[in-house]
Amino acid sequence: MTDSNETTPSPAPRKSLSRAEQERRQILRSVAIGGAMVCASMAGFFKVKYAEAAPHLRPPGAIDEERFLAACIKCGQCVQVCPVQAIKLADIQEGAGIGAPYLDARAQACDFSCDAVQCVLACPTGALTHKLDKKEQTRMGVAELVVPDVCLARQGKGFKGKARGGDYRGKLRYPEVDRWKPKPVAEHPYNLDLCDLCVRQCPIEGAIVLKPMSDDPNDKRRTPVVDQRCVGCGVCEMICPTEPVAIRIKPRVVGRHAS
Amino acid sequence: MNRHLSRLIQDYGLMFGKAPKKPAPEDFSPEARDLLAFKRTPEQRAVRKATIKYEMEHPETSQKWRNRRWASIIVLNLLFVLSYFFDLQLIEGALTASRVLGFHFADLNSALQVTLAFKTVLINLVIGTTTVIVLYILFGGRTFCSWVCPYHLLAEWAEMLHLKLVKKGLIKDHPLHRATRSVLFVIFAVLAFVTGYTIFENISPVGILSRAMTYGTIVGLVWVGALLLIEVFYSRRFWCRYICPIGLTYGMTGGVAPVRVHYDAQFCMHEGKCREVCLVPHVLDMTKLGYGKDAAHAVGPDCTRCGMCLDVCPTGALTFNVKGLTKPAKDRRKTQDVA
Repeated sequence: MTDSNETTPSPAPRKSLSRAEQERRQILRSVAIGGAMVCASMAGFFKVKYAEAAPHLRPPGAIDEERFLAACIKCGQCVQVCPVQAIKLADIQEGAGIGAPYLDARAQACDFSCDAVQCVLACPTGALTHKLDKKEQTRMGVAELVVPDVCLARQGKGFKGKARGGDYRGKLRYPEVDRWKPKPVAEHPYNLDLCDLCVRQCPIEGAIVLKPMSDDPNDKRRTPVVDQRCVGCGVCEMICPTEPVAIRIKPRVVGRHAS
Repeated sequence: MNRHLSRLIQDYGLMFGKAPKKPAPEDFSPEARDLLAFKRTPEQRAVRKATIKYEMEHPETSQKWRNRRWASIIVLNLLFVLSYFFDLQLIEGALTASRVLGFHFADLNSALQVTLAFKTVLINLVIGTTTVIVLYILFGGRTFCSWVCPYHLLAEWAEMLHLKLVKKGLIKDHPLHRATRSVLFVIFAVLAFVTGYTIFENISPVGILSRAMTYGTIVGLVWVGALLLIEVFYSRRFWCRYICPIGLTYGMTGGVAPVRVHYDAQFCMHEGKCREVCLVPHVLDMTKLGYGKDAAHAVGPDCTRCGMCLDVCPTGALTFNVKGLTKPAKDRRKTQDVA
């Protein structure tokens, strides 16, 4: 027996339930709350599954979407090493897997400013495959001309001014300005007789080219043609000056890296 | 040795949800039996009564360990944030996985979820978890909870509110069954394996908080807020006590940790203050008179080494101790003999 006068007094007896009834209620509470936690966690899972219909652009080196979501430990180390802060972590409402990294290319594309796919090196779990060491090997997605009618080159138009307006915060590496440091796009105005921004800024050799739209040599119109070398980094989507954007990346969900 | 092993098994059982049991007369060690007989003499009862009366008239509260702990939680989490914003490269990542001065660290439960979902053993995670396991085998597994976890700090504040409301009689605590946590641990592990996705990460307030601080994913804090509301209005410390598989995973590594809270029955007046403040009061069951099998006990693996019991213990019966380093104490009583 404990010395009941020595331990702290138990609270004054209420209309007390029997011990069995108290235990029954405790079990019910536990099942209800425990069940609620499991349901909440599964709700997050179904949201991710549902979102696969409109997949997110994943960082370079991401393995197939399903395996990527399994392997990613949601630590954000890839975010930390990116020199242009292209990688974001999904918040709870985004359906991209809580804490999993993705890119919004229109806001900030992956321009490979880091040269050696730093995010891949930072990843502790292989969600970004370590089998990759050149930017040309990545397969994040593929560029598509989604609204051809607004494309300036297809209309034979030039472009003058800041590609994305004065308050745009995205950065790109302009090797002719500074080989090492990415510069804000807003500080880099253009003056082009024919808009070729998507081709001009593409970091992958030969991934996109402008082709004439007719046999007439006086026809200035050109159309962007995406080659299979396109890695889906999103620089074309980012730099395209039209609104709505003429070219977009269609994210890949399988076969994201060339093996 | 045998006695140690059976205690360890019992302590783990306690952590997984078994109810503490009063020891049978034959379970007591000779010293414990002598001490108990001594404590049950009428003179000693009188001494205890007088001491407790004195303690109630002269309440002494210390916040030494609490303050150290809060500082530890704040500094460590701030290091994550500052490492990113000022590129300090001290602790990069989040509490799910990080690099500490370049070395891989991985949260044990997050690593388990990834391994089960991905069905592959990843070398970096093996390195990261081994480092963390070694760290917590030394310092005690759940030391993570009370010295590192940012949710623990918020939950402590929620608990203060909860206790205030309980005191005013506005609400009451609704304890859950402690085995809930063990069941959920298994469920989340199975779900990770079956769905191929790190299911628990969806609701882990530790990951959500850690990422919100560093990466600004603040919408997830709505979930953390909801959990805190349950803590304040419905069930005291419900997440850490009954739900969190992270705590249980760390707890499993803490059974043999040399750094632990140590209980010395000879100084104990059995006021019960330690159990009132404890996050996991079942680990302090031996502080009830007649429940301690040995005259001196190390507190079991579910203990988070938070030191709250040390702060409230008026007689110094509870201390931090390092197995093999700390010498047996003579007399640590804070309050002098009053009888």
